[in-house]
Amino acid sequence: MSQVVLFNVFNGLIVGAFYALMALGLSLILNLSGVINFAHGGFLALGAYLAYTLIPYIGFWGALIVAPPLTAVLGLVIEWLLIRPLYGKDPLYSLLLTFGLAYIFEDVTRLIWGAQSVPFQVPGWLMSSLSSQYFFLTGYRVFMMIIVAAAVGGLFAVLKYTRLGMRIRAGTRDLDTVSTLGVNVRVLRSLNFGIGIYMAGLAGVLAAGLLGLSPTIGANLIMPSFVAIIVGGLGSLLGTLIGGLMIGVASGLAAVYFPSATEAVIYVMMALVLLVRPRGLLGEEGRLH
Amino acid sequence: MLLFAPFWMNAIGGYTELATRIVVMGLAAMSLNFLLGFTGVLSFGHAAYFGLGAYGTAMAIKYWAVGSIPAIVLGVIVATIAAMIIGALIIKLRGVYFAMVTIAFGQVFYFIAFRWNAVTGGDDGLTGWRRLPINFGFAELDIVQNDRAFYYFALAIFAVCVAAMAVLLNSPFGRSLIAIRENERRARFLGVPIEFHVWLSFVISCLFVSAAGGLYALLNNFIDPRALRVDLSGNLVIMAVLGGMRSFWGPLIGAAIFVALQDYVSSQTQNWMSVIGLVFVLVVRFFPRGVLGMLRTGAKA
Repeated sequence: MSQVVLFNVFNGLIVGAFYALMALGLSLILNLSGVINFAHGGFLALGAYLAYTLIPYIGFWGALIVAPPLTAVLGLVIEWLLIRPLYGKDPLYSLLLTFGLAYIFEDVTRLIWGAQSVPFQVPGWLMSSLSSQYFFLTGYRVFMMIIVAAAVGGLFAVLKYTRLGMRIRAGTRDLDTVSTLGVNVRVLRSLNFGIGIYMAGLAGVLAAGLLGLSPTIGANLIMPSFVAIIVGGLGSLLGTLIGGLMIGVASGLAAVYFPSATEAVIYVMMALVLLVRPRGLLGEEGRLH
Repeated sequence: MLLFAPFWMNAIGGYTELATRIVVMGLAAMSLNFLLGFTGVLSFGHAAYFGLGAYGTAMAIKYWAVGSIPAIVLGVIVATIAAMIIGALIIKLRGVYFAMVTIAFGQVFYFIAFRWNAVTGGDDGLTGWRRLPINFGFAELDIVQNDRAFYYFALAIFAVCVAAMAVLLNSPFGRSLIAIRENERRARFLGVPIEFHVWLSFVISCLFVSAAGGLYALLNNFIDPRALRVDLSGNLVIMAVLGGMRSFWGPLIGAAIFVALQDYVSSQTQNWMSVIGLVFVLVVRFFPRGVLGMLRTGAKA
């Protein structure tokens, strides 16, 4: 394969990893609580900007460790104040509320940090290329892949091996039963939300290093996350992961052959999947209602 | 009340164009509510059909120089066909997932309008055209220069669409939609063909919203991709909720409040986005039944 194709596929995988990271957070919240968190992109941006503010004090690595949990804490506060009252109600309300939140987030970040792009400093040695033959293998991209893989792996491990994870998984299937079995569902939802927002914050820090940082960074990444969930399958986290990677690679390939359609191609994929298998590739039956 | 709007609008510090915009958005919000409030199905991507109606109208005038009314009709046809196809694709989904896909499809059209520079003018929008006077054969209605005349034109279209919606809602078809909203499973057991009815409601809703879109294009003599964006979809939903989802005229009231608020706030501050966002949050938290909803319960108590 030519260098160009390889480059774009690799790039596509990286981008897909991002989409997957964000989409997984979204999916977690959606599956357990039935909430479409339109503000997810806003949390991503917040994570990135928090890191940006912290870097001069604790360096890039410090920010990478500290910013996502900080964002998650903010997420928990918002969940407690605003989203909790909406759980029993029509999903319409949570969608509207998070939609409004997204507006507020974007405006507030613009207010605090300015509307222009700001430079996001990544340690210099990460930015250099690892191989002269494959110039695109910059340290930063590989590093990102590793972090995303670690985060995703960590998530799946938590879900599979810890009690919290087991409760989340059970709650996704049948929250009422889980509640009758004595689990504090409110706390469960909050923690779940927190994990989801942590992923958004983490994605934000990583994305800023790759894409540059401006107030609209969240808004750009949220739609592909939606598509990743739809393509990969409603209710399935593995599906979301695969969906994210797939659309990333698809847009990477499109960049080679149909440059003007790079964004559109993910929607084409979505339409195709909906046509052939409305519940998504790995979606579960009965998730439609 | 609406008939004399241009006259009292100026008195309260508004202007005729604002009233026209309220009528257009009111029509859009009421069309959305056909689906949302009366069938119980949430579409968060209605801007797509609004925009298709708008672009259809604009392109018809720009490239084929048709009159205003045929242009709107063309826009409506384009949008309705799209709605029929997309509706068929997504009809099996419900609830959150349906909403998500409608968002996604909305964005598809946004991107098409954005990218297809040659035809749609891309981000700069489609210019170089304007609404033409309506020629009835025996008289000519100048809606180009005269704001007031255009207001009445928009009002006329509004009246026709709204009347049609009212007729539909009061028919057996409309009744079954409400049944679907209240309890889908029971409606299914009663023999109501759910999928077909929801699809039809979706298509009808998009049809009227595209008429609003056509009017919008004519109002501004300009159309750009922002009319297709999810922002507008969200705004339409909030208008419906703000005014009262369960009532017929609610969305119009919601539209009036929202459009007026938007107009006022954007002239006062740079941070109007936060205010609008705040409106969303406050309405959901404290006024989920909307203005008319609250008045109704107030009357009962």
